[in-house]
Amino acid sequence: MNKIKGFRGIGRTAVIGIPYLWLSVLFLLPFLIVLKISFAEPIIAIPPYTSLLQWGDSFWPTIKASFDGYLFILEDSLYVNAYLSSLKIATISTLIALVVGYSIAYSIAKAPRRWRGVLLMLVILPFWTSFLIRVYAWIGILKTEGLLNLLLLSLGVIDKPLTIMNTDLAVYIGIVYSYLPFMILPLYANLEKMDFSLLEAAADLGCRPFKTFWTVTIPLSLPGILAGCFLVFIPVVGEFVIPDLLGGTQTLMIGKVLWLEFFNNRDWPLASAVAIILLAILIVPIMYYQKTQEKAIS
Amino acid sequence: MKRFTAFNMTTLLLGFAFLYIPIIILVVFSFNESKLVTVWGGFSTKWYGELMNNQSIKDAAWVTAKVAFTSSTIATLLGTIAGLVMTKFGRFRGRTLFSGMIYAPMVMPEVIIGLSLLLMFVALSIDRGVMTVTLAHITFSMCYVAVVVQSRMSSYDDSINEAALDLGCTPFKTFFLITLPIILPAVISGWLLSFTLSLDDLVIASFTSGPGSTTLPMKIYSMVRLGVTPEINAVSTILVGLVAIGVVTGSFIGKKQKTN
Repeated sequence: MNKIKGFRGIGRTAVIGIPYLWLSVLFLLPFLIVLKISFAEPIIAIPPYTSLLQWGDSFWPTIKASFDGYLFILEDSLYVNAYLSSLKIATISTLIALVVGYSIAYSIAKAPRRWRGVLLMLVILPFWTSFLIRVYAWIGILKTEGLLNLLLLSLGVIDKPLTIMNTDLAVYIGIVYSYLPFMILPLYANLEKMDFSLLEAAADLGCRPFKTFWTVTIPLSLPGILAGCFLVFIPVVGEFVIPDLLGGTQTLMIGKVLWLEFFNNRDWPLASAVAIILLAILIVPIMYYQKTQEKAIS
Repeated sequence: MKRFTAFNMTTLLLGFAFLYIPIIILVVFSFNESKLVTVWGGFSTKWYGELMNNQSIKDAAWVTAKVAFTSSTIATLLGTIAGLVMTKFGRFRGRTLFSGMIYAPMVMPEVIIGLSLLLMFVALSIDRGVMTVTLAHITFSMCYVAVVVQSRMSSYDDSINEAALDLGCTPFKTFFLITLPIILPAVISGWLLSFTLSLDDLVIASFTSGPGSTTLPMKIYSMVRLGVTPEINAVSTILVGLVAIGVVTGSFIGKKQKTN
């Protein structure tokens, strides 16, 4: 952490100030506005919410905060279930992605050095490809008259088509598929640096490969595991595209609820309250992620 | 111990099959004569021809190109500065908040970012359109650029900057003559990353766009909602092809820089 010599005084403040100001206005300020609107009441007007400050007869405005949105969310089982179901789907799909991603990252790390660049590139390539397109690609495969059912029927594995599309299973497949590169990349970065002679030492001392894996490899790769899991879990909790396109009407996820509340019901205060509660749930993992990432880089 | 076993080979084959088969199927069926996406009716490029006649897709593609180019360029500028601030400026007041604002947008659910930006634009009575989508894209892209630049800067040798400064070079000149050329591969890959992030974004664009600023992902999304058609496969194939060319070129630039 050496300071660059030379940048001092006004120059230094300006260099720090430009990105600081940008993020404050376009990232921090919007949250404060969401927080404010979450305490408003919906009305039929433009914009469709009441103002928090009411100017009456007196000089000072009175604050008129409404907790209706929050109470409504906490009392209505639909919202509570949507939060719980989002957390459940995110946890299960993170674990599946971890198992699949770990096997792939581990195999790449063990591959001959001259292959690794290409293999890593093959992992990154779909990560750069449009999310929406990758989710769309699964519709043609999973739907009732889709390719997976055609294949299984022609092989005689099943007699009648499986219903995968519009179920939670399709959502899990879509999430694991879309977020897998996010899991593989931090795991690989960690496993690549691992000292494989430690594994040899364990083997020489009579440790079985399976036990070595659990007692040496896994603890050593823990930072990579945590980074990968956070990188998948946090955004998946608020995922919208995948449950909307692959999930059915019974697939409850809070990102979809927020979207419908905003675009279909046009209840902005309620949508804001949904977002604030979601943020409150995710703030601890987000801060933890930030801390570990910063430590990893410096 | 450090042997590439048959188990590793199988894992990689299965893993890459999982990652690539859906995309390959998507590409193959874009050349399908039949209107049904799952029944092969012979090779044809007619869906690409249909695309060329679809004015709304062309309009959306143009909006997306404009937004992606502008936002990635500005995001690279801001993100590079932010990356430098994070690594080489030591402590300053509000540093924790600053790094929080860099890392949080990368994992924050998109619906929250989209909603909050939209509500701010409404509260400040800013008309939604190409400009607001661009502002939104700059904001999340710059964080990715900052992290890419930051990880490059953490292995940067400060003594060369000190040498330049000792020899009487101004800090400004030192940056452009010494630092920037060295970190250029990171800056370029940051730009490419921003460009594809902007090209991909559906959720944040849906919240922040207004009439006349429908982006390509928004157009594709509304088409997908109406049903699966080979035309969507065709437009997807073009996008996948463009991104693949970009990524391969980008890594080529990076490799060349390394060997020089």
